[in-house]
Amino acid sequence: MAETMILVPGRSQSQGTSLNEGKLKDEYKKVTSTAELNEKDMKRLKLKDGDKIRLKSDVGQTVVTCKSKKDEDLPSGMIFIPYGPPSSELMASDTAGTGMPLSKHMEVTVTKAR
Amino acid sequence: MSDTTATKAPVKAKEENKNIKIVKDATCTFCGCVCDDMELTVDLDQHKITKAKKACVLGRAWFYEHTLDTRPEVLIDGKKASFEEGVEEAANILVDAKFPITYGMSDSTCEAQRVTVDIMDTINGNIDTTTSVCHGPSGMAFQGVGECTSTLGEVKNRADLIIYWGGNPAESHPRHFTRYAVTPKGMFIPNGKKDRTVVLFDVRKTPSTPVADIFVKLKPGKDFEVLWALRALVKGKKISDDIEEQTGVSREMLDDLVDKMKNCQFGVLFFGMGLTMTRGRHFNSGALLSLATDLNEFTHFVAKPVRGHGNVTGADNVVSWQTGYPFGVNFNRGYPRFNPGEFTTTDLLSRGEADAAMIIASDPASNFPKAAIEHMKKIPIISLDTKDTVTSSIAKVRFAVSTYGINTGGTVYRMDDVPIPLRPAFESTYPSDQDVLEAIRERVKEKLKARKAA
Amino acid sequence: MASELKIVNGRVYDPSNNIDGKVQDICVKDGKIVDSVSSTATKIDAHGMVVMPGAVDIHCHIAGPKVNLARKLQPEDHRHDPHPSTEHTRSGSGGVVPSTFATGYRYATLGYTTAFDAAVPPIAARHVLEELDDTPVIDKGYYAVLGNNIFLQQLIKEGRKEEFKEAVSWWVNASKAYTAKIVNAGGDEPWKGKKNSNVHDIDEKSDVFDISPRDIISAFIDAAEELGFPHPPHVHCNNLGHSGNYKTTIETMKTAGDRRLHIAHIQFHSYAGKLGENPLSAGREIVEYVNAHSNITCDVGQVMFGKSTIMTADAPSAHMTQMYTHSKWINADTENESGCGIAPYNYQEHVYTNALQWAIGLEIFLLSKDPWRIVFSTDSPNGASFMSYPKLVKLLMDKGFRDEEISRVNQKAMNKSILRELDREYTLNEIAIITRAGPAKCLGLKNKGHLGIGADADITIYTEEDDKEAMFNAPRYVIKSGHTVIADHEFVTDYYGKTLHIKPEYDPAIENSLRPFFDDYYSMRFNNYAVSDDYLHDHEFISMREA
Repeated sequence: MAETMILVPGRSQSQGTSLNEGKLKDEYKKVTSTAELNEKDMKRLKLKDGDKIRLKSDVGQTVVTCKSKKDEDLPSGMIFIPYGPPSSELMASDTAGTGMPLSKHMEVTVTKAR
Repeated sequence: MSDTTATKAPVKAKEENKNIKIVKDATCTFCGCVCDDMELTVDLDQHKITKAKKACVLGRAWFYEHTLDTRPEVLIDGKKASFEEGVEEAANILVDAKFPITYGMSDSTCEAQRVTVDIMDTINGNIDTTTSVCHGPSGMAFQGVGECTSTLGEVKNRADLIIYWGGNPAESHPRHFTRYAVTPKGMFIPNGKKDRTVVLFDVRKTPSTPVADIFVKLKPGKDFEVLWALRALVKGKKISDDIEEQTGVSREMLDDLVDKMKNCQFGVLFFGMGLTMTRGRHFNSGALLSLATDLNEFTHFVAKPVRGHGNVTGADNVVSWQTGYPFGVNFNRGYPRFNPGEFTTTDLLSRGEADAAMIIASDPASNFPKAAIEHMKKIPIISLDTKDTVTSSIAKVRFAVSTYGINTGGTVYRMDDVPIPLRPAFESTYPSDQDVLEAIRERVKEKLKARKAA
Repeated sequence: MASELKIVNGRVYDPSNNIDGKVQDICVKDGKIVDSVSSTATKIDAHGMVVMPGAVDIHCHIAGPKVNLARKLQPEDHRHDPHPSTEHTRSGSGGVVPSTFATGYRYATLGYTTAFDAAVPPIAARHVLEELDDTPVIDKGYYAVLGNNIFLQQLIKEGRKEEFKEAVSWWVNASKAYTAKIVNAGGDEPWKGKKNSNVHDIDEKSDVFDISPRDIISAFIDAAEELGFPHPPHVHCNNLGHSGNYKTTIETMKTAGDRRLHIAHIQFHSYAGKLGENPLSAGREIVEYVNAHSNITCDVGQVMFGKSTIMTADAPSAHMTQMYTHSKWINADTENESGCGIAPYNYQEHVYTNALQWAIGLEIFLLSKDPWRIVFSTDSPNGASFMSYPKLVKLLMDKGFRDEEISRVNQKAMNKSILRELDREYTLNEIAIITRAGPAKCLGLKNKGHLGIGADADITIYTEEDDKEAMFNAPRYVIKSGHTVIADHEFVTDYYGKTLHIKPEYDPAIENSLRPFFDDYYSMRFNNYAVSDDYLHDHEFISMREA
């Protein structure tokens, strides 16, 4: 079952510390390919922590690991992920004449990856 | 260059005969806070910083992880090469290109940034910095409406109402709360946090949320609507009855906030990329800057983007004073032209226009849109960075450079435009990016002169 | 570049050495004016040309944080005026707030070889010094904004006079500045701390510091006098732009007694009339005071019609402009040191107030009895861009042209001015005084503004023309420190001038008082605040006056 959600990439502390170690190191790769989802959404999609999910946008797709967040912390329908190569894979290049791609509000479909 | 008049002689501690140096009041250049109160313990034998007193978790990672590594200084097509060969190849790429671009520079000193603009001016290239995918839209909004702003010390000394919008400083700028804005005591804020009201706007709860007295959760992509409603209420205009339905923020909440904003002594609106990277972009920043400006009819109010990388603010300043424009500047016609969307890097790469790129201290290959990254793989890339990155791994010429603030001195501008000097901790075996850029500039000028003569 | 140069057959205007249009040779060796040079010296035949020292701008805004904000703010103003690179020079953007390279080259193309930025808070010293290092051709320096400095105000309040003097000296040293600037003394605290209010009377006491603007100004005059600053405190008076403000200006000058004081852009402080109503001219009252008091120097701050940009440490005055124009607006507070306001502006011929401002500036020039002390400025870009200097020279030198211009502007304003009755035309010698010799003397620059033996070889050579605007718009040659930078109107080399600053003495014990203040109220560390000599690049420190 595929559901459309809003992906909000952002910074996180572990993304910040791990990039100092090096962007080609495992820790950074792990951090930037872990997505947070609302606990109820995860339940509905029959997902548990550590499951792989496939995120798909108009321009690309990527597989990341999912992790649940409490309902009061992350609204239903929203996915948070630290910036990195997986979020780039989904990012459209249109900047609407600003130079800035729409990088914090991306419509993606979510499915469980097998 | 270091601040000789202000630098104390390094104190050497006798600790098991180790060659230890203490650097006081060193500057951390990881994020835009540019905290200059670090006390670094440096093991000169091991060439590493073993302790960084006062540093936050990000700062500690920055200081501890930038040790000397064993990477070759220069790689051309992945093969080891000499410094001179690297410079020669880089100069050839730049001079031969029809539409060379340069990008990055937010983790370089102003001194290096000045050299970079010179190179692009010389070869009629294109210069853009990480600003374009950070607070570039805020820069555009600034050009439209101006800005009421202040240095961070004014916030510490005077601000009794502090609003964060679309940012998560606890994770991106950990000492923003403790050193500059929320907890410190100031001249007219004798009791620190007790004398301030802190409001936080975001679409989700973050580690920053607990600092706020009031947390306002708004629907994603509805920042502009909330800001515009606040502007209307500040000016005593009507707003639509279904505002809560539209934005997730109740009318009562908005009225209360407007009351607090109009009646504070010194208010500040800090805003993050939650505004610039989402639907509305420069309109969001413009609405926020205008709200702060409007409030000056009633009280003193300032706004300030919470800038990201260490010296992205310096890049804005240098590119502005040398060209007149802050980012996205093109020299194709022999003079600077500015047009975001046309001369910004995401667009130049995604549209496949650039035919060579020099990337300094940044990693677009890991965070740009897919189409831009695809094009980067097709053109010659010159990369200068302190660490291997996705970008450096696809570069034709890759320079390993020393780290500013750890190995080299220079100037860095804090997010509030205050220039801060750097106190290097230990010497690197790698050249600084400024050294590399100066060498490239010299070769580029020689080549152009030779071509002209021929 | 040959180090010897001889300019022959030119008509020389060198007022400091009482040379008024005499044809004589000027010899240059190693960047200085000398008695004679060898026969192999490069020659410039200046037959039919006018030779003057390079011009000196005593008050302009060309570099530093507020200028850069104003630059960033106005892409629309750069876009119509690109500054292309040449074989020798860097590219840039023009408009009323040009990029650094364009600023230096354009000053040179008007015959200017020295300029001082009039207002930078010392915390931004590194910024202004870096920009000045990227400003080609001219020698340059800046004034440190100290008049609203909270630490210094506390010392005044507590009567700690000696420490005040030491602290002023420390600050000028730490920031590599040229003198102390006072802007709207006492106005920052009500602006930042009392919901954008202001101080309006020179004797109004601050409820935070219990001192008045007069107390502040007087303390600085004393300190500068005792320390021997080559240029006295550079004062932007209270009540800028308000009708009736000339009384404040005269009171400010009276505060000095017989001590030295420089009043900046005095035109903006020469308004009669009632507060809140249209201004009237008090040009005559102001000039009469200055004429009669040889301790006072001032620059005029002439308004010229067209695009300008208000940029000032006087934040309330910029806000007043913005309330009038509803233009985009910048307000930028600097902790413990300064305020700042920026607003694009357009002086329009048909607007009564603008036309009157224009007339008042000209009245001041034309009623001046001492061109050495009432010197040339537009407070660029506040009154107008420095690019309008040649037109201002023509207005002063050519009564016929002035009458034509008078007929084009708001006549109601002209009826309130005595400008029509003033027949005076400046001579070339007087122009050389108000643009060269006078400002150099006001600044205490012994090697500038003249062509005597030992002077810096900063020389401008103009083709003599009847149209003085055309003449001053395009010097034939510009020589900077002995280097021919412009020849036959074209840049023939690139050149970067020096930073000029002073090094007054101070007792390092003052740092014991400063350090705790920094720890408590600054956002940067005391140890990182003072600027090292590395930021000066090529520089010269100007010596103190003899006691």
